Amino acid sequence: MSPRAVAPLVPAATDPAMIRNFCIIAHIDHGKSTLADRMLQITGIVSDRDMRAQYLDRMDIERERGITIKSQAVRMPWAVADSSGAGRAYALNMIDTPGHVDFSYEVSRSLAACEGAILLVDAAQGIEAQTLANLYLALENDLEIIPVLNKIDLPAAEPEKYARELAELIGGSPDDVLKVSGKTGEGVEALLDRVVERIPAPVGDADAPARAMIFDSVYDSYRGVVTYVRMVDGKLNPRERIQMMSTRATHEILEIGVSSPEPTPTKGLGVGEVGYLITGVKDVRQSKVGDTVTTAVKPASEALAGYTEPLPMVFSGLYPIDGSDYPELREALDKLKLSDAALVYEPETSVALGFGFRAGFLGLLHLEIVTERLRREFGLDIIATAPSVVYEVTTEDKKTVTVTNPSEFPTGGKIAEVREPMVKAAILAPKDYVGTIMELCQSRRGSLLGMDYLGEDRVEIRYTIPLGEIVFDFFDQLKSKTAGYASLDYEPVGDQAADLVKVDILLQGEQVDAFSAIVHRDKAYAYGVLMTGRLRELIPRQQFEVPIQAAIGARIIARESIRAMRKDVLAKCYGGDITRKRKLLEKQKEGKKRMKMVGRVEVPQEAFIAALSGETEGKKDGKK
Amino acid sequence: MAGPLPLGDPAPADGLLPASAAIGADDRAFGVYVHVPFCRVRCGYCDFNTYTADELRGARRSDYAGQAIDEIRMSRRVLEGSGVRSREASTVFFGGGTPTLLPTGDLVSMLGAIRDEFGLVAGAEVTTEANPDSVDRDDLARLAAGGFTRVSFGMQSAVPHVLATLDRTHDPERVPLVVGWAREAGLDVSLDLIYGTPGESLADWRRSVEAVLAERPDHVSAYALIVEDGTKLARQIRRGEVAEPSDDLEADMYELADDLLAAAGYEWYEVSNWATRVEQRSRHNLGYWRGDDWWGVGPGAHSHVGGVRWWNAKHPAAYAERLAAGVSPAVGRETLDAATRETERVLLTSRIREGLAIESLPAAGRHAVAALIADGLVEARTALAGRLVLTRRGRLLADAVVRRLLDPVGPS
Repeated sequence: MSPRAVAPLVPAATDPAMIRNFCIIAHIDHGKSTLADRMLQITGIVSDRDMRAQYLDRMDIERERGITIKSQAVRMPWAVADSSGAGRAYALNMIDTPGHVDFSYEVSRSLAACEGAILLVDAAQGIEAQTLANLYLALENDLEIIPVLNKIDLPAAEPEKYARELAELIGGSPDDVLKVSGKTGEGVEALLDRVVERIPAPVGDADAPARAMIFDSVYDSYRGVVTYVRMVDGKLNPRERIQMMSTRATHEILEIGVSSPEPTPTKGLGVGEVGYLITGVKDVRQSKVGDTVTTAVKPASEALAGYTEPLPMVFSGLYPIDGSDYPELREALDKLKLSDAALVYEPETSVALGFGFRAGFLGLLHLEIVTERLRREFGLDIIATAPSVVYEVTTEDKKTVTVTNPSEFPTGGKIAEVREPMVKAAILAPKDYVGTIMELCQSRRGSLLGMDYLGEDRVEIRYTIPLGEIVFDFFDQLKSKTAGYASLDYEPVGDQAADLVKVDILLQGEQVDAFSAIVHRDKAYAYGVLMTGRLRELIPRQQFEVPIQAAIGARIIARESIRAMRKDVLAKCYGGDITRKRKLLEKQKEGKKRMKMVGRVEVPQEAFIAALSGETEGKKDGKK
Repeated sequence: MAGPLPLGDPAPADGLLPASAAIGADDRAFGVYVHVPFCRVRCGYCDFNTYTADELRGARRSDYAGQAIDEIRMSRRVLEGSGVRSREASTVFFGGGTPTLLPTGDLVSMLGAIRDEFGLVAGAEVTTEANPDSVDRDDLARLAAGGFTRVSFGMQSAVPHVLATLDRTHDPERVPLVVGWAREAGLDVSLDLIYGTPGESLADWRRSVEAVLAERPDHVSAYALIVEDGTKLARQIRRGEVAEPSDDLEADMYELADDLLAAAGYEWYEVSNWATRVEQRSRHNLGYWRGDDWWGVGPGAHSHVGGVRWWNAKHPAAYAERLAAGVSPAVGRETLDAATRETERVLLTSRIREGLAIESLPAAGRHAVAALIADGLVEARTALAGRLVLTRRGRLLADAVVRRLLDPVGPS
């Protein structure tokens, strides 16, 4: 029924019984943002004229890559006919969760803010590993699941097949699976009706001290931090002083409101409601996802459960390509930190790359997003070194060192034990690829946990694998070996002792720190051969022969050499045009400025970058 | 067409030089270069400022000597007006293009104008370039009678397929003939070679060097082929029709030539030049490397007087127009500051056999010398005696040596 038929409910004065809080669990590309767009239109809160694709995705990167990095909540009115046939108004809060495994903590907080979830699956592709992981999370949170197949307008859609798959997965009948098209809007009204019908209303104590859970915290350059909350108990009012329960810090509410979908100030937020707070703080760390907001006057005694500090899992060195951009990089990271509570970094120097930062990320996608934002939003040319994980190294004198950078790996052969982080990986793929995937996982030191058929022709394969193996091009390999069909999800499951060594790369006897890597002993030789080979291709010839070696400690495990350059002279004098010759010298000197010195060896910055990224077609032999 | 002129300051219409140009002029030799911007055909590798008949836009070869003579007369007035004391020319060099495409009489009359305006020192070196197929016995005799002392033949190679790739039209069999005629006329002879032509093997190159040695010229130049942007050869390489010459093969060729020439009694005196005796070294060429003064006559010609470099309008038609209007043909110039002159001094004199005085280098450059010796780029013995002279390996890496002397932070 059209929501326009009845007056929308007023925030702060809405009976919790008339509220439905839900999220959409979906894989990248399965059409979540498009479905959300249709909901905004059908509920009438965005006019057809104002509609634009992926309305809720704010960052360019989100829109371009079709993924949601930060979640948002939108309040939408919806009316359902009661038994007498009269329309009854409901308030639907849709919480848009991040879809990627790197942000699983944020996902879990978003889920905790809801009573139900729409499980959205592409009718042409079926469920993917990350969706499965988030579905488990939703079930753990006791969420009511509404299974929905999207993109039924596609010619390749197989709604019947995937309805069976979903029914097997969550129980129930394939007939309960709704079929919609976010593109055409088909089935979306029925879906909204189903949300009202199936998802339980929130419950809370209106008279208790206020408790609201922060499920998102977004930095806005005009307004400071915008904190998204789900009210559990009590009420929050404008101008009220609030307290963050993890830090006891207090702030004044400058604005409180709901998104519909543009921010709209309200007289407050009551039990079960979802909205935003603005307090004027400038750093998202002061408004942490998962924290509980209460009032300073009458604080709650117990915080809501589930808050954890985000822990970086993957580390990488970030360096400006032009060394003089270092201050700009620092400034950019400081700004990004305001909107990204999970980003951590500290200054680092590298012989090869100069001054930069060691930065910690939730995962590879997080790393990619941060580097992309540095490039795009701040116009910085940067290079990220090969991602590394956190190792615990115990030396024979019983000291334990936490290593986030290979350069911190203790040297001198007194190592008693190295522990590496492990993940439980779930890979979903068509059954034809099982062999290939198992081969890949075995080669990455994985051990098989189990395997289940999912529907007729798809398999979920579960492995424990060292995280260090995952961050090293595992996902690329998985995609290329399965024609793009496999999907991956992983979660940390502790650590294990392993025979790990640090391989150093030496140029003319000088260690090049950016290329040191911690690898399993069995793979040290392969890494050494790979890197020395790449560098031989990439480093231009010098006036002397340059040996390139890979070494574990003092032991050389692989070697290559770059032959000495033999000719570097401009033979003629251009009929007295000395200016031209001098200009050439100036150009050569200018080129030299972009060179990094490793001992006496001149290495173009591009060579380091190419070697780190695996592009080896850089070097021109001969002519300049 | 030729590469662009340098970017510089505009040159004044009267061509007058800043006062600094006159300082120390007495200590510098003075030479005259006359550019003859005509060729019958354009060679595929050449980016010099030269034009075939079709490209002249109304400029006429037959008018050229008169225009050049106008500039020669103007040059003396400009130098005198700028306070640069007039000196007799110690060298004159006609280059191109193909100077011998002009009637011999034109070349002789241009030389005459130089003699009239400046005078020639006793024993002056007067050279013209010539293609083996653009001169005959009578031309050479007339040139010698007209005051020329030396002819430099653009032989380039003795191997037909190499000459074909270079678009050179002469028959290699003609070289011994023209060399004989030049000697008969009493002219000193230089033979010019090019190495590193696409498709040229080390054996081809040996054949060319041996062919040169068979003629016993007084002087030999051997230049590595430079693939210049905008040339036909550059396009052929880009399209993959011919292979880009390799630096390693060129280094082999240089070393082979140096071996063969040395064994035959020729000594290197500049990276690309060898002569039998000190007196046979091209003094005009050395003037460029030593930072002497010269006036460059003709379209696109470059001049240098006392730290002022300037260059003329490039196209023969534009050049002719300016002279007809009584305006200096110079269109741009630069006045070098002390640091740039020093850079040029190191850049230029490090390439010649007499080398440069190590004590004249800045401290950082002096400190670089030990490593250059250790790397085998600089002669240890002469360095101990205070002069920096390149070894053969150093000659092949001369640009890198210069960078190390001037900017000695890293090795090259």
